[in-house]
Amino acid sequence: MTELNYLTANYTLRSWFFTTDHKRIAILYFASLTLFFFIGGAGATAMRIELATPQADLVSDDIYNRLFTMHGIIMVWFFLIPSIPNTLGNFIAPLMIGARDLAFPRLNLLSWYIFMLGGSVTLFAILAGGIDTGWTFYTPFSTLYSNSYVMVAAAGVFIAGFSSILTGLNFIVTIHRLRAPGLTWYRLPLFLWSLYATSVILVLATPVLAITLVLIAVERCFGVGFFDPRIGGDPLLFQHLFWFYSHPAVYIMILPGMGVINELISCFSRKQVFGYKFVAWASLAIAALGFLVWGHHMFVTGQSLVASLVFSFMSFVVAVPSAIKVFNWTATLHKGSLRFDAPMLYALAFIGLFTIGGLTGLFLACLAFDVHATDTYFVVAHFHYIMVGGMVTAYFGGLHYWWPKITGRLYSEYWARTAAVLIFFGFNLTFFPQFILGAEGMPRRYHVYPPEFQLWNVLSSGGATILAAAYLLPLFYLGYSVFFGARASANPWDAPGLEWQTSSPPPEHNFDIQPVVTRAPYQYSRNFEAEPQNA
Amino acid sequence: MRFPRQVTGGGLSMWRQWIPFWHPGVSPEGGDVDLLFAGLLLASALVLGLLFFLLALFCVRYRAGNEVDRENHEAKSWHWEVSWTTASLLCFLALFVWGASVYLELYRRLPDELTAFVVAKQWMWKVQHPGGQSEINALHMPVDRPIRLVMASQDVIHSFFIPALRLKHDVVPGRYQDLELTAQKTGHYALFCAEYCGTAHSGMIGEVVVMEQADFANWLTQQAPTSSLADEGGALFRQLGCGGCHSAGSKIHAPQLEGIYGSPVPLSDGTTVIADDKYIRDSILLPRSQIAAGYEPLMPSFEGKVTEDQLLRLVLYIKSLGRQP
Repeated sequence: MTELNYLTANYTLRSWFFTTDHKRIAILYFASLTLFFFIGGAGATAMRIELATPQADLVSDDIYNRLFTMHGIIMVWFFLIPSIPNTLGNFIAPLMIGARDLAFPRLNLLSWYIFMLGGSVTLFAILAGGIDTGWTFYTPFSTLYSNSYVMVAAAGVFIAGFSSILTGLNFIVTIHRLRAPGLTWYRLPLFLWSLYATSVILVLATPVLAITLVLIAVERCFGVGFFDPRIGGDPLLFQHLFWFYSHPAVYIMILPGMGVINELISCFSRKQVFGYKFVAWASLAIAALGFLVWGHHMFVTGQSLVASLVFSFMSFVVAVPSAIKVFNWTATLHKGSLRFDAPMLYALAFIGLFTIGGLTGLFLACLAFDVHATDTYFVVAHFHYIMVGGMVTAYFGGLHYWWPKITGRLYSEYWARTAAVLIFFGFNLTFFPQFILGAEGMPRRYHVYPPEFQLWNVLSSGGATILAAAYLLPLFYLGYSVFFGARASANPWDAPGLEWQTSSPPPEHNFDIQPVVTRAPYQYSRNFEAEPQNA
Repeated sequence: MRFPRQVTGGGLSMWRQWIPFWHPGVSPEGGDVDLLFAGLLLASALVLGLLFFLLALFCVRYRAGNEVDRENHEAKSWHWEVSWTTASLLCFLALFVWGASVYLELYRRLPDELTAFVVAKQWMWKVQHPGGQSEINALHMPVDRPIRLVMASQDVIHSFFIPALRLKHDVVPGRYQDLELTAQKTGHYALFCAEYCGTAHSGMIGEVVVMEQADFANWLTQQAPTSSLADEGGALFRQLGCGGCHSAGSKIHAPQLEGIYGSPVPLSDGTTVIADDKYIRDSILLPRSQIAAGYEPLMPSFEGKVTEDQLLRLVLYIKSLGRQP
């Protein structure tokens, strides 16, 4: 290599920790998020081992409660929410629009530091003794009854929220202001439409979470009654505030995943995404409607019947744009020229798993069935199908797709496909039995359970073991590729996006010549004439 | 029998046996929920079947290198999108209406039913029958006869969940939650706490024992309580000095409580409420939130002075006053 790229331009620690290069910041995020992913995953593995038997034979009840709380808090706030926007988005978005960097490079670095501060505070809470409230911090348990590190953990989440807001702002401004000449909105890759929709939710919803956490702190420390009825508060007020953030947050987690899938499906079908405009606007529709459905978490709390009816109705409506996307992805395959490289395997897995997650979401939106299924393993299975089967699968697909661009190296296609298949198999074995458990009535967050539920729990725990091993695989072959993988060309997938027009890895300033866009996205040549090197 | 629908066996309900890994519900609404579940399963199976079929078909037929007609792939129209958007919306609307109508049925109130009182606390269910019979982590009830639960929590949010009846309701501290149960088949059914409530959450379980009506009557007699809850409430009423204001001869002008239960009470803000359990409870704990028309807001709050157990005794005492001339 004669030409310098963003990785080889400078080797000092200082050049990493004080960088304003979006690509290096993406790598910083990637390293931290990988760490958090495996911490959260270790918690899940420990829980599933404990649940292999109906008795409490591995950990005590208090430890178990701390385990699932830790798993939830870490996975939601320190993996799922930041994962795609802050790693793939950070790295790829400026390249995709032909920009040199994000609009506010220093803000970008600052948001990583804030994120790490929030993460460290939360890790401290976990190491110092843990939190046992569940990731939802429901009051009055969290404000008056929990003898654990609630305040420290809430502070960690509160701090991390600022990182979300700054990241969201940065993407919004970047997508508005820094597009290359000719890159109109309807020429924008769909990944950016979904990133844009995600950012809007981040900026609008995260402050509500921050306010809610402050109210918890004030009630817990000063006894001001917001949520505890004994001092004049209302426990349901907390749930309204919390879900006003946390339901849209679900779309923060899944929308970027959907965006990645558009890129993968179209690349490996050699076709334009079917119904580009519908898919683009579906992202914004999901973001907007996602704000109007929070009450479906409260169908059995005793909220008014009218509220339940409205929230149920809105929950069905918000499913429409998601359905549009699934149909459009499927239609994209029609008359394509399909190749089944690892990213495509992940994309196909995503469509199946996301659809199962989405359909079971309809079960839960359906009022009378929700009464039976809410707070059971049915809900656990549903959201893991969306979050893990959807979001994490999309993240892995995107990671493999852009890996040659990010590192300039090719990974072992054989191992990548093996991991994709194993993850799919392990995932379904872990979570499908949980639908059955939930339908039979097993409540979530149970540390010991009646013996009749054991069979499905054993299957689920077995699946979790396979899944945990499968998630470790990429750590090895991707890690290996960084040092020993073959060099990647600038455009190993023969894709038309702007990010593939610069070298792999890109130079510090992204493009030698300012690119100009003259055509719609996804204009693929109809076959892999240039046989991908990634074999 | 009040509810003509059969729970098990018998022509129309046989389908419920055919949903895999699913035990048919034993309540009248349970059948509706089961049917709804079957409908959702069927709709999902159709959608998934179609989707997986198309995915598999396209993956095989249009795999790279396969010689197949790929012409006119750009020729598409927005008619496809509009039609599947409309189709999804219509299906969803139908499911919404169906789910909502059963939901309204689940939480309806029946007149003239039995009552039992449930106090939830970390980590047990304490059930009391009006006659004074009390039980822990168990609820005895007669078959084919609706029973109304008045539930309160002493500490955090719990959730009263009986999978066999397809019913669940959160028990939120600071308010009464009403839940109607009807079981159509005798037996023992699991009772869970479904809302995470701390250390021994998974130990907060019990059973619902559905008995023949005669057996239930026997059971109530055998439990031989010392006194009814209303009588205990009366003793508490005197002990707390409530009669000082609320009795007929009192010098302080306070509303008379005889016959008030279930009747409309005009409030000083011009509205009218029905004096139900919730109103009486609120009047004891938050006396200044709803002032009866024509009275001074003099009553002190008993917040923190009475437990949930004592509150429901007071409510029952006041309810019993309604029956005395």
